[in-house]
Amino acid sequence: MMLDRRDFVRRLLADRGDLLVVSGLGSATYDVAAAGDHPLNVYLWGAMGGTAMIGLGLALARPDRRVAVLTGDGDMLMGLGSLATIGVKQPTNLAIVVLDNAHYGETGMQPSHTRAGIDLVAAALACRFASARTVTQMEDAAEIRKLLHAGAGPLLISARIREENVPRVLPLRDGHAIKQRFIAALHVAGNQDRN
Amino acid sequence: MHSSERALPSLSDLETSWPEAIYAQFRRADIRQVGYVPDAGHSRLIALCQADPTIADVLLTTEEEGVGLVAGAALGGQRAALLMQSSGVGNCVNMFSLLCNCGIGCMILVTMRGEFGEFNQWQVPMGSITADVLRLAGFLTYRIEHAEDVEAVVGAGCDMAYDGDVQVAILLSQRLIGPKQWTK
Repeated sequence: MMLDRRDFVRRLLADRGDLLVVSGLGSATYDVAAAGDHPLNVYLWGAMGGTAMIGLGLALARPDRRVAVLTGDGDMLMGLGSLATIGVKQPTNLAIVVLDNAHYGETGMQPSHTRAGIDLVAAALACRFASARTVTQMEDAAEIRKLLHAGAGPLLISARIREENVPRVLPLRDGHAIKQRFIAALHVAGNQDRN
Repeated sequence: MHSSERALPSLSDLETSWPEAIYAQFRRADIRQVGYVPDAGHSRLIALCQADPTIADVLLTTEEEGVGLVAGAALGGQRAALLMQSSGVGNCVNMFSLLCNCGIGCMILVTMRGEFGEFNQWQVPMGSITADVLRLAGFLTYRIEHAEDVEAVVGAGCDMAYDGDVQVAILLSQRLIGPKQWTK
């Protein structure tokens, strides 16, 4: 039984507090938007392969905050080397959730490498992630949500979601606006933490 | 004459200290993250950044990872710079769109290959288009031929990049870097 992606992401981001979220282009961005727009969301609409590294730069800049990267298997595969880069830096406040349907949903559901058994969890563990695991049951969502807020990173979760195209939920697309809104919200919420 | 008795090449302090001049500008501009793929031309600057506890040095597997790093750092309120060879510029092209789309200030220092005295012709095709690629990708692109220009150009570039949220690339010519540091 594979996960419903919208329901799973909604559960991960419930009562999110001051969690910082970076979403990979395509369906992951739509899923994060569908869970509720938030100024501490960085929605990507391009830069495929770069989502995890944006999470690393953010996690290093703000060690006082938790950073969650939510992205698809295609984006993670394009940035596979970034798992090694993250493994070197060992950011304890970074978690990556791969919404893995083993297909390229945006381009017509062509099979991805994970469809052929390429194992992102094993790759993350080989890259010295503190923890990595596969999730297939919706009842595990609450535990994964806790990991995003308090688990010792770097973490990678491969969430096996159903291979289906769900309706698009389109958030803010202007990159300047996304950046300015994020920085303003982070500054207000965390100003006293800056050195 | 025994090799150990051979006189060292006489280079002025200026010719050998340009990495220190770049590092001093990084400190002045409060750059807090530096991403790089190991590179002979940048080796001294990389070592200076690694030794500085106020700078997070991030070893990359490919240069395009660094573009994401810079964007994430900026979102978190930190300034980040990238060090790469001219070949690495070619690895970044699509990822550069992130910086343009979001108005992320970025400084890239590019050690040039494929030009002055290059022994390896495989470096020539990318080296010969590096400046044009950067300009097409939206970078203000400057080139340094002489060590005495490093401090002023890197300093001005940092101000433009991080005060103005623009993308600045500075090409360090192969003549400046010198053949001595390439050969091992």
